[in-house]
Amino acid sequence: MAKSSIKSEKFIELLMIACSLISVLTTLGIILVLSIDTIKFFAEVSFFSFITDTQWTPLFADKHFGILPLLTGTILTTIIATIVAVPVGISIAVYLNEYASKKFTAAVKPILEILAAIPTVVYGFFALQFVTPLLQTFIPSLSGFNALSPGIVMGIMIIPYITSLSEDALRAVPKSLREASYGLGANKLQTAFKVMVPAASSGIIVSIILAISRALGETMIVAIAAGQQPNLTLNPLKSVETITTYIVQVSMGDVPQDSLEYRTIFAAGITLFAFTFILNNISFWIQKKYQNRYD
Amino acid sequence: MYRFISLATMLLLFSSCFKSYEGKINIDGSSTVYPLTEAVSEEFRDIRPQIRVTVGVSGTGGGFKKFLRSETDISNASRPISKSEIELSKQNNIGFIEIPVSYDGLAVVISPNNTFVDYLTVEELHKMWAPESQQKITRWNQIRPEWPDAPLNLYGAGTSSGTYDYFTEAINGKAKASRGDYTASEDDNVLVQGVSTDVNGLAYFGLAYYTENKDKLKLVPIKVDEDSEAIYPTDETVRTGAYQPLARPEFIYINVKSAEIPYVQDYVKFYLENAAALAEEIGSVALPSEVYKLSYERFKNKKTGSIFENTSIVGANLLNLLHEDAQ
Repeated sequence: MAKSSIKSEKFIELLMIACSLISVLTTLGIILVLSIDTIKFFAEVSFFSFITDTQWTPLFADKHFGILPLLTGTILTTIIATIVAVPVGISIAVYLNEYASKKFTAAVKPILEILAAIPTVVYGFFALQFVTPLLQTFIPSLSGFNALSPGIVMGIMIIPYITSLSEDALRAVPKSLREASYGLGANKLQTAFKVMVPAASSGIIVSIILAISRALGETMIVAIAAGQQPNLTLNPLKSVETITTYIVQVSMGDVPQDSLEYRTIFAAGITLFAFTFILNNISFWIQKKYQNRYD
Repeated sequence: MYRFISLATMLLLFSSCFKSYEGKINIDGSSTVYPLTEAVSEEFRDIRPQIRVTVGVSGTGGGFKKFLRSETDISNASRPISKSEIELSKQNNIGFIEIPVSYDGLAVVISPNNTFVDYLTVEELHKMWAPESQQKITRWNQIRPEWPDAPLNLYGAGTSSGTYDYFTEAINGKAKASRGDYTASEDDNVLVQGVSTDVNGLAYFGLAYYTENKDKLKLVPIKVDEDSEAIYPTDETVRTGAYQPLARPEFIYINVKSAEIPYVQDYVKFYLENAAALAEEIGSVALPSEVYKLSYERFKNKKTGSIFENTSIVGANLLNLLHEDAQ
């Protein structure tokens, strides 16, 4: 009896190792696949022109392979999303944690998280058909496809990521800190923003970084509402193309496999991967470094 | 007893979900020909519900790619099959029958709020879309000095669409030669959405998509040169060839092996009998009835190959070509 339980224990352990290996191997596999075609790509296109050329027209007669227009498109929409999501997300977290009653929090939090469950294609059409026309009534020069509207909608989409994680971080701050603050005569607002938020800052920063990397990789919203024109601009009123949109565009069309045009999507993909990889590592590092400060 | 009845009803319900078809016709290709083929297929499904007809949209080039791997029976095309595709068909040992099904005009459109464009000449269109214009011609007043100094935002077909191939050949003199800094999409609805909301926009796509979205767009008449008359694309001007050079025939290509199958033969016969009426209905332009007759002869005789292998499509007269070919 004892023997068999040890055996089954071993079996379950192996099973768990296998499960964790799946995710690690998938990541390695993705890096490998991306790298092979990227290396082939850079055998034909110089890395220097890839990062300095200001035009991206690999599918056309006059070919240019400058990633900058796609990169600015991606970063522009992400910055707009962050500007929308960070203040709103943190304010909600502070409100739920410091002001709202427990009952209210319990009711509102799941509703808020529904925002994260809406399919992004729905957000995309919401941006294209509702937000853009609405914005055009204030800003007549806004083009039909633009960075602003999908940026704002993407910001709304990532609010729950920030709120949820920030709220957890705020809740983890020891009660003694809050009580000490009240004891010194601080009011609610001062306690919330001068004591609680700084104390939970590592968790809040991690939540922001995770939300940013979610926005960087977002595809459907920008593919539908931001347009498909690689445009080196930081003007949010103009049409831009993000890295993810470009990848969708090429994979849906009929670019022959194993051609230079096809490999551009791997070079673009690995650029995006590098960005999100770095961001995730920064958040991991922050989390590790500041985690136990108040224990 | 009740259990038996409910079981029987359920089986009956499910069996309709897993209906077995007697045959299947796979069609894919051009988004411009799609509305016509889909309209024909819908009617065909009514009279032959036991045949399953599926129509996909992956652009003319994308459609041919599948067709030449024998994944589809029929390919929709808004341009004739290209030399390299004919080459590939020989390599893969795939015979095809070429059948023109309708005419389409390429519509050049702007936003209804654009008040300054009265007409465009072919030369002005060339200036807008030429590969050399990339990053250089970016404002309306560069096209015509009296036009405002406003950004020129272009929307056009994606590189795997037959519309792109035809437009570039007709306007820039060489298929696939175009500037690359414009909003390119294989999905014409994206272009409609883009140009209809952009005062400084200009787009081109199949006339049928203009007809569908008339209230959101404004059509631009085209002049072959500065001295000639500005012509709007209409049924009449497209059919008679007065709308030049942006009127073109559209085709379906049928795999010879699929053409042996009786229900595919029925489908093609049905297609050619009804194409004229349905083309009018969806805003496309019907061919002269004699062309349909000659085409059906061609299909019955299983005449493979393209009549455009050695002839340019721009400004071609279908009837003459088919007559010549029949002899």
